[in-house]
Amino acid sequence: MMRVAMEIELKDIPGQLFGALGPIADLGGNIISIAHQRDLRTPRGTIPIKITIEIDEKHLDDLIARWHDVGITVMQKGEERLHESVFLILVGHIVHTDLKSTIDAVDSTGFAEVVDLTLSMPGIDEESSAGITIKATGRAEMERAIEILEQEAVNKELLLIKPLEEV
Amino acid sequence: MKRVDIIIIGFGTVGRGLATIIRKNGSLARDRFGVDIRIVGIADLRGSMMDPEGLDIDDALEWKCEISPVNSIELISKGEYDLMVETTPSDVTTGEPAFTHIKTALNLGKAVVTSNKGPIALYYRELMELSERTGSPFRFEASVGGAMPIINLIRDNLAGNQILGIKGIFNGTCNYILTRMAEEGLPYEYVLSEAQSLGIAEADPSYDVDGIDTAEKLTILANAVMGMDIAYHDVSVEGIRRITPDTLKLALDKGYVVKLIGEAVNGKIEVAPRLVPRDHPFALMRGTLNIAEITTDLSGPITVMGRGAGAIEAASAIFSDIISIYRSER
Repeated sequence: MMRVAMEIELKDIPGQLFGALGPIADLGGNIISIAHQRDLRTPRGTIPIKITIEIDEKHLDDLIARWHDVGITVMQKGEERLHESVFLILVGHIVHTDLKSTIDAVDSTGFAEVVDLTLSMPGIDEESSAGITIKATGRAEMERAIEILEQEAVNKELLLIKPLEEV
Repeated sequence: MKRVDIIIIGFGTVGRGLATIIRKNGSLARDRFGVDIRIVGIADLRGSMMDPEGLDIDDALEWKCEISPVNSIELISKGEYDLMVETTPSDVTTGEPAFTHIKTALNLGKAVVTSNKGPIALYYRELMELSERTGSPFRFEASVGGAMPIINLIRDNLAGNQILGIKGIFNGTCNYILTRMAEEGLPYEYVLSEAQSLGIAEADPSYDVDGIDTAEKLTILANAVMGMDIAYHDVSVEGIRRITPDTLKLALDKGYVVKLIGEAVNGKIEVAPRLVPRDHPFALMRGTLNIAEITTDLSGPITVMGRGAGAIEAASAIFSDIISIYRSER
């Protein structure tokens, strides 16, 4: 599933909103948020709607085509690819156990990335701590990314501190 | 009025705490619940003190009563009593000598109340089956969370709910150390020695700081109130030794504190330091307080907190267990 934020325009005729939302459900999509102001008009006389949906990537073109058939236009489309975010901490000999490969293990998945890393290094023999923010495309993907990081931590004898409420 | 003759096996801080409570609040148990608790025997490594009419508690606390060479197991197997309180030191690897003490008493049809985690974490099923077979009540509220009610809360007040998960802070020593480290920016070793000098941490702190104590408590909860069948050795345990002031500062910068959390959910038990949002109730537990969040199917989440350690606190849970076995409504 991917998350897409769009701005679409409806004609001011009955049944248009249903025509917009029906196909989303038909294609197995999920509406995350929708902002619809009945009074707002574009210079073209259409009603602008901001909508964010989750949908299987392969159905997105189909959705846009079905909208086109009922006269709904997509004005803007932006993918919010990595919308799940989790902060974790690693403790141990982080640098000496190849920090790059630890990060790569997550980044190479294609569905999760380490987007922020703060490293604090005390004395040379002492263990250091790293705060890591991971973003992932969805909840299942985030769980998978944390599992991968957990395995890295076990292999490298690092302590992984996870959040109380997991994703 | 129901007279209840009890023996106390193991007269350390908790056993002595119980004697003190019976002296102080014994009349409350008599007046309000119709339970007249008398200590007819006390056994320790020093020997035992016995009086069929009830020992004088002041004298017993000073070991001034007549001391006989009768040992614990003789007192348990040959003594005249209704209920045994088992408060010998807990042993996480064998559960002994408490395990033998409890089995012997239950086999004789005696009621048993204990604060001893070892035997319950290791042999829960066996002891419960024995209790059911012999019809001998067996209570152990004091083994988890000291004065914080949790086992009886779930069994009585939340009866009929399915318990989906339990998580919380169950070790006051770790919580004290992590709180001090975070608030003062002090290293682990320093705060540990401070805790040791205050009597909050043991000379050998590993039982607490390595998460063993928390793991035992979670094992007891999982078996006793969640219907799981888990051996203590199945629990994944990580303690707090590796946490540094840097770790805590990184967490704080992102709005988190680090707490040692025990969690039982989906048939698994995990004990590990976790990142807790600063506005979460768990984050507010400073010092030695314990807290537990119980997730139920009917009642949603229920949160309890209280003093998790201390002789009087643990003994108070034992005292309540004794009363609840024999109480009659007035």
